[in-house]
Amino acid sequence: MSAKKQTPEQDFESSLRRLEKIVEQLEQGDVPLEKSLDLYEEGISLAKTCADHLVRAELKLKRLGKDLEGNLKLFEQEEPEE
Amino acid sequence: MAAESPILTVTDLTRQIKQVLESGFASVVVQGELSNVKRAASGHLYLTLKDEGAQLSCVLWRSRASGLSFVPEDGMKVVATGRITVYEPRGQYQLDIISIRPLGLGELQAAFEKLKEKLAAEGLFATERKRPLPEYPATIALVTSESGAVYHDMLTVFRRRAPSLTVILRPAKVQGPGAAEDIASGIADCNALGGIDLLIVGRGGGSLEDLWAFNEEIVARAIASSRIPVISAVGHEVDFTIADFVADLRAPTPTAAATMAVKERAVLLAAVRAAVTALRESVQERITDSRRSIAHLVRSYAFNRPIDAVRQSSQRFDEAVRSLKTALEHRFALTRAAATALEKRMASLDPRLVLKRGYAIVSRNGTYISARADLHVDDLIDCEFRDGAVRSRVLEKK
Repeated sequence: MSAKKQTPEQDFESSLRRLEKIVEQLEQGDVPLEKSLDLYEEGISLAKTCADHLVRAELKLKRLGKDLEGNLKLFEQEEPEE
Repeated sequence: MAAESPILTVTDLTRQIKQVLESGFASVVVQGELSNVKRAASGHLYLTLKDEGAQLSCVLWRSRASGLSFVPEDGMKVVATGRITVYEPRGQYQLDIISIRPLGLGELQAAFEKLKEKLAAEGLFATERKRPLPEYPATIALVTSESGAVYHDMLTVFRRRAPSLTVILRPAKVQGPGAAEDIASGIADCNALGGIDLLIVGRGGGSLEDLWAFNEEIVARAIASSRIPVISAVGHEVDFTIADFVADLRAPTPTAAATMAVKERAVLLAAVRAAVTALRESVQERITDSRRSIAHLVRSYAFNRPIDAVRQSSQRFDEAVRSLKTALEHRFALTRAAATALEKRMASLDPRLVLKRGYAIVSRNGTYISARADLHVDDLIDCEFRDGAVRSRVLEKK
């Protein structure tokens, strides 16, 4: 469950980096036109992913503890009081 | 006494005492004054903790003695953490010290300077050792107390600046006996878990003694060996701890640590928007460029030759169509004139025209009669005039 939810978070940084890379490539201007249109489309979709992530997300709280066998485990964490 | 007690050997009794003591005092924290401090040739440290009413034999094994941040001396007030063990051959119990720290401001200050000097000499504070903080941390772990305002304050900052974050709390004791060990194992746990981009280790303000755990060598070592970059955030702006020197970044307060850890969402959004603008502009530019070069090509002589050819043949075609049309129209006109003439001639042959001049057509049963001989008396004949017909009977042949 938590593994699934972490994917978009991990995606954020790689999406942003890929986006920056695409902009850089396009700004150098030595990409063929057709390819640059593909890159443009990919870039716009990445930008959307990034923006969606930034706008929608809500702080996720976890607690690092140990299970009965003494193995490290992440637990859901309640919002603190106050 | 009730039942008769079984007779034990000294070894049996001692073993039972050992079990009771060692399980009952597996983790104790005790304060007292040092006396009889002796360093054995083996490197182990033997000492006695005492106060007005009692004394306790203690041992600090070489492995731990070498990690001490101060030099234990007789008369020094200390707090020791450890477990009671029984040494069977001599029937003695003792405290196996796990950690020991000075108690009292003077001693603390001295210990602080001593450890700082030692770790600095090892190069633990060196700038080259500092790891860069992640630019876009997605998961941040906090090693701090859950109950303090610090956790709450940091969450407030994160919620405002970077609500897409995952925040993992590793609750840790941040003051008192066992705090340093808990903080150190918290840092180790976070490293063992994996998937964490940044660690913030800290606590709120307090006295030098309250903050002491962050001046312990075990914490300094844990920070130094962390694979995850560490921000230290201990106390207030004026408080400097050993942890601050070892950490990759020292934040003046926990709230500042949270602020330094993450970029503001608005800044990231602006970066994304700027990327989109750059994308649009560069592609727009490419399209404009391409359009310009296409226009240039279209205007070029080589490109216009085939167009000229097309234009010429289309002109020829137009001409052909035009002359064809003229020819056809001429034919039509001729045909139309011939048809009109024919019509006129046909009209002049129409038998009905004579009726207008006063003649009548005689027929019998639909057969025209043009001779007297064809008729007999009493035949019924039709006489057709210009305005209609009458039926008559032949009365006689004259």
